[in-house]
Amino acid sequence: MSDMDMDRRNFLKTSVGAAAVAIAPGMMLYSVAQGKSEGASSRVRWGMLIDTNQCKPGCNDCVTACNRENGLPGETKATDSQWIRKIEIKDISSGREISLPMMCQHCENPPCVDVCPTNASMKRADGIVLVDKHRCIGCRYCMMACPYKARSFVHEPQHDQNPDVPRGKGTVESCTLCVHRIDVGGKPACSEACPNQAIIFGDLNDENSEIAQKVRSVASVQVRADLRLNPGVRYQGI
Amino acid sequence: MSTPTLESLHFKNRLYWLLLAAGGLVATAGMYAVHLMEHHGHIITGMDNQIVWGLPHVFAIFLIVAASGVLNVASIGSVFGKAIYKARAPLASLLSIAMLMGGLTVLMLDLGRPDRIIVAATNYNLTSVFAWNVLLYSGMVGLVVVYLWTMMERRMNPYNKIAGIGVFVWRFVLTTGTGLIFAFLTARQAYGSALLPPMFIVLSFAWGMAVFHLVQTSIYMWNEKEIDPSILARKKHLLGVFVLGSMYMVATYHLTNAYFSQQQGFERFILLDGGIYPGLFWWGYIVLGNIVPLALLYAPGIQRDRWAALASLLIILGGFALLYVFIIGGQAWPLNLFPGYEVSSTFADGQISAYSPSIYEFLLGLGGLSIAFLITTVSVRVLNFMPQDKPYIAD
Repeated sequence: MSDMDMDRRNFLKTSVGAAAVAIAPGMMLYSVAQGKSEGASSRVRWGMLIDTNQCKPGCNDCVTACNRENGLPGETKATDSQWIRKIEIKDISSGREISLPMMCQHCENPPCVDVCPTNASMKRADGIVLVDKHRCIGCRYCMMACPYKARSFVHEPQHDQNPDVPRGKGTVESCTLCVHRIDVGGKPACSEACPNQAIIFGDLNDENSEIAQKVRSVASVQVRADLRLNPGVRYQGI
Repeated sequence: MSTPTLESLHFKNRLYWLLLAAGGLVATAGMYAVHLMEHHGHIITGMDNQIVWGLPHVFAIFLIVAASGVLNVASIGSVFGKAIYKARAPLASLLSIAMLMGGLTVLMLDLGRPDRIIVAATNYNLTSVFAWNVLLYSGMVGLVVVYLWTMMERRMNPYNKIAGIGVFVWRFVLTTGTGLIFAFLTARQAYGSALLPPMFIVLSFAWGMAVFHLVQTSIYMWNEKEIDPSILARKKHLLGVFVLGSMYMVATYHLTNAYFSQQQGFERFILLDGGIYPGLFWWGYIVLGNIVPLALLYAPGIQRDRWAALASLLIILGGFALLYVFIIGGQAWPLNLFPGYEVSSTFADGQISAYSPSIYEFLLGLGGLSIAFLITTVSVRVLNFMPQDKPYIAD
């Protein structure tokens, strides 16, 4: 074998090795970012049951957890995003006061999806309502259509984002039900953070799940049930 | 008519370039505002997560609604065969295209991501009235261009009637689509009414006619001619009827709302104690935009076209006032998430939202107006859009 052949072989070996070293981390990251390979299942309907009797006025733990999980600054100016907020309500006739978290209600018939011109607002097969950040043109029609005021528009350039939850100036965003956690078997940050376990998360279609059993046994309501949107989030104690 | 002198022609030539420069300057200022909004985000506007549509939408919707209504002049000519309207159909078509272009530019440049306009053009959600409108607006421009062609190219004249009917139908559908943007908003008390599309159609008649009249008066003045008094009288009367019709629709919308107890709080806010909104509604829209113009149009003794032009200007300003109340006042009123409860939160639940438009939104809106102005001015200069009336008008 000539010296020239050896040189060629060594060169090829080195090149392949260098290419592998260069590409491998990217491939690893790609597979991590992909999450689960299979799509969402329509047999599942993710939802939440919120017990307002357990929700304490002044407690903001769910909001703080959401902000931390999704890389939101947590400020409350009119131009800041608020994916979840605490609402204090007071019955005008009886004076009874209730505190509760409000976020995207993940409707079965979401008005935001109906009105979105580009299909950027979409509902996954498992009932989670999301915004495709690459398709959103920032027309804000979904914000006009949402009865729960659950959506926010990103008014400023974003820095130091959470890689799992990309956000973009000029697009609309809202609670994703922490889809990045759900897809790897976790549950939403707000549900996990509630000190009184007031937010039960689970599959409404699975009759053995805690949430399905609870929905069967306790009285719960959907906010603005008159609109017939069938939200996946239900409230107990209103 | 005075004979044009060399001096007067020189003066007009200079004036024309001056007008173009002024329009270009405003359009450039609008583009600069868009650049800043693109760079900094909508944070520099007065819009926020409560008032999501602001002043740009007032300008854009006025222009689009008036663009549809101005075609009334063309339809009365082509569809119903009235000669004095037929002579004005080319000018009406030109104004329609100009205002559509201006309005659509504002709508497009107010998007959070105007760079993704290709996404809007290639992804259609068939349940979205916005997606329908993308087709309706662009189709309208195309159809009116064809319609103009059938009028201005003699060989195409035989197709004028069919093109005119096409435009007539299309513009009704288009304004219905614009009204439906709001009519489909089920949860907001200001909107979600089937009355809105017909209301927008009748408003379009008045606003379009007012714009037409204003431009027509300017063109006659430029050419040192006076509009035939009998033609002026007919057009003034038609404009008056449209103004009365639009007032009827707006009154019906508010009175039916006021009858439903769940809507009374909102109506009280818009019509009585909502700060700027009742003021704009009563003084801006009703008095300055309707009552005064009606007086100017119908009062005996003031027959000159300048008074009709002033009435038209007031109708246009009244239209802006009404849209401001409708679009911004409608969002300022809080969503009713928990009927029967007092509500408060960090996200303005249960509160009236404040809005003060920034200079950038204003410049963007004016930029749209200036685009319509530039298209009209250049076209009127280079092509013959001056109405050519026959000596004897049979109808």
